[in-house]
Amino acid sequence: MAIFVNSDTKVVVQGITGKQGRFHTQQMLKYGTKIVAGVSPGKGGQEAEGVPVYDSVFAAAKEHQIDAGVIFIPAAFAKDAALEAIDAGLKLVVCITEHIPLHDAAEIMAFAKKRGTTIVGPNTFGIVSSGQCKIGIMPNQFFIPGPVGIVARSGTLSYEIVGNLSNANLGTSTVVGMGGDRIVGLNFIEVLAQFEQDPDTKVIVLVGEIGGSSEEEAAEYIKEHITKPVVAYIAGKSAPPGKRMGHAGAIIERGKGTYQGKIEALKSAGVHVATLPYEVPGIIKELQIL
Amino acid sequence: MKLFEYMGKDLFRRYGIPTPKGKVIQEALQAGPVAEELGEVVIKTQILSGKRGKAGGIKFAGNPAEAVEAAQAILGQEFNGLVATEVLVEEKLQIEHELYLAIVMEGSLRGPILLASQYGGMDIEEVPEEHMVKMPIDLHVGIQPYFCKEVARRLNLTGELGRQFSEMLVKLYRLFREKDCELVEINPLVISGDRLIAADAKVTIDDEALYRQPDLPRVEERNEAEQKAHAIGLSFVQLDGDIAIMANGAGITMATLDVINHYGGAPANFLDAGGGANVEQTAQALELLLSTNPKAIFINIFGGITRCDDVAKAFLQVNSEKKIDVPVVIRLVGTNQELGVKLLQEQGIVAYEQMQEAAMKTVALAKGMVG
Repeated sequence: MAIFVNSDTKVVVQGITGKQGRFHTQQMLKYGTKIVAGVSPGKGGQEAEGVPVYDSVFAAAKEHQIDAGVIFIPAAFAKDAALEAIDAGLKLVVCITEHIPLHDAAEIMAFAKKRGTTIVGPNTFGIVSSGQCKIGIMPNQFFIPGPVGIVARSGTLSYEIVGNLSNANLGTSTVVGMGGDRIVGLNFIEVLAQFEQDPDTKVIVLVGEIGGSSEEEAAEYIKEHITKPVVAYIAGKSAPPGKRMGHAGAIIERGKGTYQGKIEALKSAGVHVATLPYEVPGIIKELQIL
Repeated sequence: MKLFEYMGKDLFRRYGIPTPKGKVIQEALQAGPVAEELGEVVIKTQILSGKRGKAGGIKFAGNPAEAVEAAQAILGQEFNGLVATEVLVEEKLQIEHELYLAIVMEGSLRGPILLASQYGGMDIEEVPEEHMVKMPIDLHVGIQPYFCKEVARRLNLTGELGRQFSEMLVKLYRLFREKDCELVEINPLVISGDRLIAADAKVTIDDEALYRQPDLPRVEERNEAEQKAHAIGLSFVQLDGDIAIMANGAGITMATLDVINHYGGAPANFLDAGGGANVEQTAQALELLLSTNPKAIFINIFGGITRCDDVAKAFLQVNSEKKIDVPVVIRLVGTNQELGVKLLQEQGIVAYEQMQEAAMKTVALAKGMVG
C-alpha cells in the first residue's frame, strides 16, 4: 500500500539531461522507481540513463502512461515546467528545485488546485514509499520498508530521523518531504489523512520546524481525525525571533510560529513530542504498538 | 528584502498611490529647507523595524529650527537596536482617522490574502479579530471591482473615499504582483480631509525574485560574515554564543543548535552548508567559522547527497593550511562514511557517529572541561 506513490507509479523526469536530473534518475532507477520517460526541450529522441527523452511533457504523455513527474529545472524556469506538467494531466508533481520565487510558487499552486494535481514541494527532497518507489533525492540506503510513516518539512533532518529509526530496526512506509519554502503544495494535514487510511502505516512521525502555522493546524486536525499514534519533533527551539533559519518558512515573526506554541498545540492534541531528534525511536518503542 | 519606508513610498508614488510630500535626508541641517517648504513636518527615523514611534524615532516640528533639532535628536541614535543614518522629513497630515491595509503571501492559503481594519495605527496586533477584514485573493481573478467595494464597505468607506480606496487597492495589488512582494502594508492609511493617504509604507520583496527586479533598490540587512557566506552560497546567521556550528541542510542545522543548547552550550552561528556541498564549499564554510574565533567547532554531517569523505578532505585541507587551534568535533554518518572516518583516523582524528555524544563532547570542550 503506502501512500501517494507505489510500485506501479510511472514517472517522468523533467530536466533529465541536466547534471542533477541525470544523477538522480540513475539513483531512482537503482531504487526501483519506474521511470518511463524524461523531458528535455530540444533533446527529444535521445536517451538518458536508458530512459527515452522527449521535447515536452505532452510528447512524453502521448507515448507513455504517466502518473507522476519530478522537476530538476533551475528556479527561473521551474514555474513553466510545473505548469506544463499540470496542464499535461499529471496527478502528482514533485518539485525538487529550490529558490523558486514566492509568486511563482503561488501560481503553480493555484493552477494545480484547479486541475486537481498534487504538488510536493518546492524545495523538497521528495517522496518515497520504501522499497517501492522513490521520487526525489534522498539517499537510497536509509529507506527500508516498515511501519512508520513520516511527514517532514526538512530533508536532512528527516534522514537523521530515518537513520535513527533504521538503527533501531524500524523501517518506513512512506516518507514525505513537504519542502522548506513558505508556499508548498502538499501539507501536513493532507499527508496525515492519507497515513490514517494506510494499513501499512502503524505510527506517524511529524517532523516540523519553527515558523508558519502548519504544525498548529496539523495539531487541530490530529485532535479530530487521527486515531493512530503520532510522534513529533520540532526543530528550532533555540532560534531567536526575527532570524530566518535557512528555510524561507523558518522564522519567528510577530510572535507567531514559536516553538513553544507548536509544542503546546501538539501536546494538547495527544501527540508524543520528542525534545531531541534521536529520541524518536525510543518513544515509538515505548508506545508498544508494533 | 525589507525596504525602508522612503523606498516603499517611492514605489507607491510610481504606482500612483498617494503619499505625503517629503524628502529623505542624512544631515540634520538638511531638515531646515524641507520644513521651510512643507510647513509643519514629521521627522521619521528610517530603520527596518516597527514600533518606531514608541521607541522615540518619530518627532514633530512646527518650524525649520525645530525640524533641524528633531533630526539631530534622531540621526545617529539607536532605536530598537538599529542605528538611524537617515530620516524622512514629511508634511504633517491633518489626520481624521487611521486605517490599516495590507496584502501578504500566506503560506497556509498558498497565495495572497488582503488584511484591512478600520482601526489602524499603533498596536495593530491588538485589534480584535472581529475588526480585521481578511479576504483571500484568487491569483487567477485578481482584484476586481466587487472585491474593492466589499472591503470598502467593511471599512465604512463610502462615497468619494470609497472610490479612492478602490483605486488604491487595485494599484497596491499591481505593485504587490509586479514587484514580487511578500508583503505590502500601509499602517496607518490616513483619512485627511477628503483624501486617503498612505502615511507609512512597509514593503518586503521576495529574496528569490530579486534577480528579476533589477530596478528596485537593494537593502542589506546581513552583517559582514553573513554577506561573505551568502556570496559563497551558504546560509549563515550570526548568533551570540561561542560554539561554531556547521551542518548540512536547514532542518538539521537548526536541530544541531537545539541539541548544543540542550546540553548547556551556546551556538555562535547557524551555518547550513547545503545538502550537497563539495570539498571546496565545505572548506570555505570551515574557514568562515574559524574567522569568527569560536571556542569550539561542531561539524554535524548526516550525508545524503553530501559525501562524508568530501567533508573529511575539506577539514584536513583547511587543517593543513591553517593549523586549526580550536577544538573541533566531527560527527560523520551516511554516504561514504567509512571512507571519511578512515581519512580522519589516519591523521589521528576521531569522528563520532552519534549526534548526542558528539554534541556533549563539543559543549564540554567549549567550557574547557576536557582536553
